[in-house]
Amino acid sequence: MFNLYGYGPSILEGSWLTVKVALLSLLLAVVLGMVGALAKLSASRSARLVAGVYTTVIRGVPDLVLMLLIFFGGQMLVNDLSTALGYETAPDIDPFTAGALTLGFIYGAYMLETFRGAILSVPAGQLEAGYAYGMRKHQVFFRILLPQMIRHALPGFGNNWLVLLKSTALVSVIGLDDMVRRAGIAGRATQKSFTFYLVAALGFLVFTTISIILLRWAEKRYSLGFAPRTH
Amino acid sequence: MNFGIIIDNIDLYLQGLWMTVQLVSLSLATGLVLAVPLAILANSNNWLLRGPVWCYSYFFRGTPLLVQTFLIYYGMGQFQLIKESILWSVFREAYWCALIAFTLNTAAYTTEILRGAIKNTPRGEIEAAIACGMSRLLMIRRIILPSAFRRTLPAYGNEVIFMLHGSSIAGLITLVDLTEAARTINSRYLSPYEAFITAGLFYMALTFLIVWLFKRIEFRWFAHLRPRSG
Amino acid sequence: MKKLLTAIAFIGMTCAGLGHAAEKTVRIGTEGAYAPFNYTDASGQLKGFEIDLAMALCEEMKVKCVLVQQDWDGMIPALLAKKYDAIMASMAITEERKQKVDFSDKYYNVPSKFVHKKGSGIQDVSPEALKGKTVGVQRGTIQDNYLTELYEKKGVRITRYGTQEEANLDLTAGRVDLLFADSVALSDGFLKTDAGKGYEFVGPDFTDPKWFGSGVGVAVRKGDNELREAFNKAITAVRASGKYDEIAKKYFDFDIYGK
Repeated sequence: MFNLYGYGPSILEGSWLTVKVALLSLLLAVVLGMVGALAKLSASRSARLVAGVYTTVIRGVPDLVLMLLIFFGGQMLVNDLSTALGYETAPDIDPFTAGALTLGFIYGAYMLETFRGAILSVPAGQLEAGYAYGMRKHQVFFRILLPQMIRHALPGFGNNWLVLLKSTALVSVIGLDDMVRRAGIAGRATQKSFTFYLVAALGFLVFTTISIILLRWAEKRYSLGFAPRTH
Repeated sequence: MNFGIIIDNIDLYLQGLWMTVQLVSLSLATGLVLAVPLAILANSNNWLLRGPVWCYSYFFRGTPLLVQTFLIYYGMGQFQLIKESILWSVFREAYWCALIAFTLNTAAYTTEILRGAIKNTPRGEIEAAIACGMSRLLMIRRIILPSAFRRTLPAYGNEVIFMLHGSSIAGLITLVDLTEAARTINSRYLSPYEAFITAGLFYMALTFLIVWLFKRIEFRWFAHLRPRSG
Repeated sequence: MKKLLTAIAFIGMTCAGLGHAAEKTVRIGTEGAYAPFNYTDASGQLKGFEIDLAMALCEEMKVKCVLVQQDWDGMIPALLAKKYDAIMASMAITEERKQKVDFSDKYYNVPSKFVHKKGSGIQDVSPEALKGKTVGVQRGTIQDNYLTELYEKKGVRITRYGTQEEANLDLTAGRVDLLFADSVALSDGFLKTDAGKGYEFVGPDFTDPKWFGSGVGVAVRKGDNELREAFNKAITAVRASGKYDEIAKKYFDFDIYGK
């Protein structure tokens, strides 16, 4: 059905790169989101301010603009920083790292809001009980807050992941050799752009479907013991 | 940083702003119009009606807007049939390609949002409508849709913002929108900070405008839930 | 975030340091979308006249060459950010660019020309004659600069693309009426291909050094005189030894070095 003119392996390679970027970004986003959520809920005004500016800016500016800013501007910044610190050569930030850092940074803001809502959904009494037992802050966090928070965070987390996954397509714009870019190259070379972009689209559908299945499983598992959702 | 180059080239940014506003508002409006009947169909008991809508929705929500746009802009040129027909005068123009792609995309998301809201119409409202003897069409028009629109307001507000942000890819198919204006300036003067921060500020302004607009609409449409002052 | 950045910086610096220990390596940035000078083949390999010439120059300079692919828009910023040490991507030597980078002597020089669809009726390519028409050009090139200053202001529509390949594609799709680019890139990268059948040059050669520079050279960071001189010596050497002509003959049947 699909004659890929030999570009099949190339697109497959690209899809693997897409997955890698997405997963690495997810990792960064989750870490940033958790730290940020705690910051936004903290007693410190400056922490709340920084987290607030972070979410407002990220959610007010398109991914592509941020990506271009960080990619073009970041190169200059890293260079100036390195010279200022006295280093001869600046660390090489390739499109993969640039893309993953940028996406992670952007979706950290969305994860922040998801986690913040989830943390607020855990009854305060649970945490108070933990402290009453003499548990330290990190014990309360890991043993009481986190397990209960996951259930509330899953839907939002799932949505953010799906959006992040699709956003990896933008990284092709800053030169990453991902599935979309390779589809474009193949399409241009063979004059069959529709075919190859359709292949890329199907690739994303596969990833999306797998993700949705995994997320549904996770939601079921973390909802054990709770009343089923009414819709 | 020298923002003088931005001042000198402000008309390029304004041109881009106008293009962005056009693309976003036209595709949202058309998408909404399309989404209403689709959402109703999606709740049908007949799988022959539900199926195609679900497929369409799944495809356009499961793939990136960028790929959808490229499929239309670059992809349509693959088919000699299209190139030789009158359709080509549409697909040839980047403007129409972008509008079609954006519309189809937002229609899919809006359909999903509306579908959920229609499905969750409180039983009581429907029972009351039937008790009043309303026909199905009248019930949809007077009871279900207004109720659904009100309940989708927060989610739709998000969708509007996502569309605004999504439109930034228009430059990748040669349209000069806000982002493309920034890229042109960056290319010409090698000043990424000034170029992209300016674009970012424009987008933030638009985002705040939309958020404010939706807060006002929510205020009015949820008047019945406001705490009584008397 | 900070820890991640520091970790990356540390690793990067270690790798860079290690690189210096071995035989000297020169990293050369190129675009890979500007046939026949530099392009990417089906398997993703960089090929073209400039790639072959780069290898020959490095052999002459007795260094190891590593090619780094970079999109045109970020070509100079990446050089300044030390992602590579030199640019060989058909970058013309212009006064404007000399403010940011230093250039070696030129290694080729060809004029710019317009291309249109055969039978389009366009004969005159002056700004006044092209009013209302659309010209496709690669963003950030000397041709883009020329068109922006002289044509756009007179009512000619300019559509900018990230690569020349995309511009060529849109000409065949009928989205632009003309292309304006390096004549050899147009002839070998487009007109001589299947997609370019039915298209031809129109109008004169454009060579005014004020706009189009004085040929294509190797760009290096400002002040990197050692590398620049090494390239100059190597260019002179390959021209004298006949290696330059040997490589050029593989791609062109005319003199690409120019005046």
